[in-house]
Amino acid sequence: MARWDEPDFYDKDELLSVDWQPPRTPWMKTPVDLRKGTYIYPGKAKNLEALDLPFPHDWSVSDVDWKLPEDWQRIVLEGMAERLKKYRSFKLFMDICVRCGACADKCQFFIGSGDPKNMPVLRAELMRSIYRKDFTAMGRIFGSLAGGRELTEDVIKEWFYYFYQCSECRRCSVFCPYGIDTAEITMMARELLGLLGLYVNWVIEPVANCFRYGNHLGIQPHGLVDTLEFMVDDIEEATGVRVKLPINKKGAEVLFVVPSGDYVALPGVYTCMAYLVILNELDIDYTWSTYASEGGNFGLFTSREMVKRLNAKIYAEAKRLGVKWILGAECGHMWRVFHQYMDTMNGPADFLEVPTSPLTGTVFEHARSTKAVHLMEFLADAIHHGKLKLDPSRNDHIRVTYHDSCNPARAMGIFEEPRYVIRSVCNNFFEMPRNTIREQTFCCGSGAGLGTDENMEMRLRGGMPRGLAVRYVQEEYGVNQLAAMCAIDRATLPTVCDYWAPGVQVTGISELVANAMVLEGEKRRTLNLRLEPIPGMEAEGAPEGADEGADEGADDRPVEVPVAAGVAASVTTGAGAGTDASLEAGATGDA
Amino acid sequence: MKAVLPLVIVAALFLLALLLAPSAIWVFAVWIPYAAITIFVLGMILRVMGWAGSPVPFRIPTTAGQQKSLAWIPRSRLENPHSTPEVIGRMALEVLFFRSLLRNTRTQMARDRHLVYGTSWALWLAALAMHWSLLVILTGHLRLFTQPTPGFVTFVRDLDGVFHVGLPVFHISAVVFVLALAYLLYRRLADRQVHYISLIADYFPLFLLLGIGITGFWMRHVSRTDVRGVKELALGLVHFTPTVPQGIAPLFFAHLFLVSVLLAYFPFSKLVHMAGIFLSPTRNLANTNREIRHVNPWNYAVKVHTYEEYEDEFREKMVGAGLPVEKR
Repeated sequence: MARWDEPDFYDKDELLSVDWQPPRTPWMKTPVDLRKGTYIYPGKAKNLEALDLPFPHDWSVSDVDWKLPEDWQRIVLEGMAERLKKYRSFKLFMDICVRCGACADKCQFFIGSGDPKNMPVLRAELMRSIYRKDFTAMGRIFGSLAGGRELTEDVIKEWFYYFYQCSECRRCSVFCPYGIDTAEITMMARELLGLLGLYVNWVIEPVANCFRYGNHLGIQPHGLVDTLEFMVDDIEEATGVRVKLPINKKGAEVLFVVPSGDYVALPGVYTCMAYLVILNELDIDYTWSTYASEGGNFGLFTSREMVKRLNAKIYAEAKRLGVKWILGAECGHMWRVFHQYMDTMNGPADFLEVPTSPLTGTVFEHARSTKAVHLMEFLADAIHHGKLKLDPSRNDHIRVTYHDSCNPARAMGIFEEPRYVIRSVCNNFFEMPRNTIREQTFCCGSGAGLGTDENMEMRLRGGMPRGLAVRYVQEEYGVNQLAAMCAIDRATLPTVCDYWAPGVQVTGISELVANAMVLEGEKRRTLNLRLEPIPGMEAEGAPEGADEGADEGADDRPVEVPVAAGVAASVTTGAGAGTDASLEAGATGDA
Repeated sequence: MKAVLPLVIVAALFLLALLLAPSAIWVFAVWIPYAAITIFVLGMILRVMGWAGSPVPFRIPTTAGQQKSLAWIPRSRLENPHSTPEVIGRMALEVLFFRSLLRNTRTQMARDRHLVYGTSWALWLAALAMHWSLLVILTGHLRLFTQPTPGFVTFVRDLDGVFHVGLPVFHISAVVFVLALAYLLYRRLADRQVHYISLIADYFPLFLLLGIGITGFWMRHVSRTDVRGVKELALGLVHFTPTVPQGIAPLFFAHLFLVSVLLAYFPFSKLVHMAGIFLSPTRNLANTNREIRHVNPWNYAVKVHTYEEYEDEFREKMVGAGLPVEKR
């Protein structure tokens, strides 16, 4: 029997017959329905304590009493006042909305759920109604006639519910005539909830882990070494090449930072293996770091202060190791932090040099201040200059489409680089419909710390627009892989695809690159990085051209690695060995 | 219900002026307009200063096009600006042509269970028509406040009355203005989603503007008012030597009163989006994030977990795993 936190539990027809018509009761008089399957479990006290956050307490969403601190109203209102003074975005976005409704049906959570409070405009009104009541002349005088309402415990519950049903994806902000960005409001709301000790565990536990261990998963340094070594073994089995594994290497030219999801979560693991292959083959003088073993930053889903606290290690480690610049891997919100926050918060990085490609001599002028370059920018430049030896036909069995991840799309604008790279390594690339890609891309439904199991219904609903767009290209063009440049996508889109477009697999772009790369000294490539046979490259009757590789690799270096099926298990074990806090968040009970 | 109260209020304001103006002509012709314009000007200055008083700690443009990165990748200058002129271009498109609203789509579930996102230009068209016709009408009104009338005002008025229908010449802007407002009101009432999110504060300005538009249209085309008298009054107000000429119809004072209410209400309402849009940090910043450091004026030191603390905790394990350490 399928459980309520498993996709099978939910009836597809029921989800598809979503009703977008609002209820008869006005929204201010419609109490929040805290339904299991749609909310995330509370942050545990121990995680708040580990971070010195106020009011750590254990509570449950289904409790009537959330055990708020005594003067919680004062705390919230003072918190709002402080943030209105600190953020023009917050103040302005409280004032200038005209409720035109252009954003209403742009949010994947509204499209998937039909809950009117998931319209970006109403999500923001949950906060604006309090702002009007307590911070505007009209609201003070006319109260509810001016759209104000009292700050009650029910409002706090509503905030908790709906501001953790927003993935801060900024899609609404593209359509808003004033550029109102609900992500800004959601961030403020989460900060205010945090002042009362209210977090979700799926966010605050990774934050606590990241603070202490350097990564969200709580992988300790030796565990990370094990994890990466397992990957090196599997790479050798697939390619016959033993790649170098520089960790915490002082004096390297480049510090390589990845999202930690790629260490353990399938299929991100294959993307991580691909990083090893690519950087080895291009002979980049680089290093991994165990202290800065996470570029992702769940602080972004907590508070701006937490963003800074977690992000500080990146520049600190770059300085300690004496590298020249930073190369960032495929991640979504990590790039929002790198692009929009890192330099402002923890810069200036004047101890680093302007990033220059050792392969092509290209100076990455656009990153001259942060000194952080995106792997796709780096690879697009290298491929453009013919520095990669590629055989795209190895990916001919793949018919791929590309999912723009929210943050790199709408908080950075990196659209062409990943497409150029994909086209260079895959002969069969198909775009999803125009309104579902690029700046109009839909979220996977699990971003901003929503990617856990207990809110599975809401994830499937939020993932519906993306899932149906994938199904469209699957039916139309026979697409069988969805490439995504974000670790949360790689961890959560498999569920979305299994549910909405069964048969479509998820991959990182680097994995496609590494599989298409002709490596120096490789054996005849019959297996891809997943250690699955590559169609058309089977051992017998292999096409010509693969011979040269076979001579060197397979013969000279007999490989001794676990059997193909072992890859997932071995990697998981590798992480588990060094995992203290582990990924238990998903299993934490609420009741 | 939310629409009824604002309608009643605007109707009451209209009747109030219509009935009381003849007996309190100086109040309606001079003091209320002066008070309204004062509230408007001071209110808007305070409003803008209030926003400007809060810093922009982070550079957060919404990027709706290709970034500037590698030289050979064409970038989108207006959707993802990288310089001040490009930002001005993006802002001009937003302010003059409502570029973002033009992206509007309508999500629908097709019969084959696919989501489709149909083009939806009605809101954009109505909003653009309303704002532009209002601008044309306001420009036309400048002839009442200037002597002699500047050339561009005459030009705009000639353009506005290009069809030469009726006497006095029928102005396109007046009709477009009222029709566009009527559509926006209809949409707010008929579209259930928009109706659901609407507040009293969304209907009130619509009725107020409709009242202003209809009274204006009425005076020009139905019951003509003494334009020379109105101009004398307007010039007197502008030069701070107010005089109230005889013979101006009470309907004019109702019109003027509704305008005064609008001006006084403006700084305390959602109408401040007129000024606010210029300050919107997702639109008015260049996406130069990684090239030029953005400074946060309140950036403060936070508690971090240093490498030393990290190594102290894991030194043995690091050594055991063959990792280099700082201290043995």
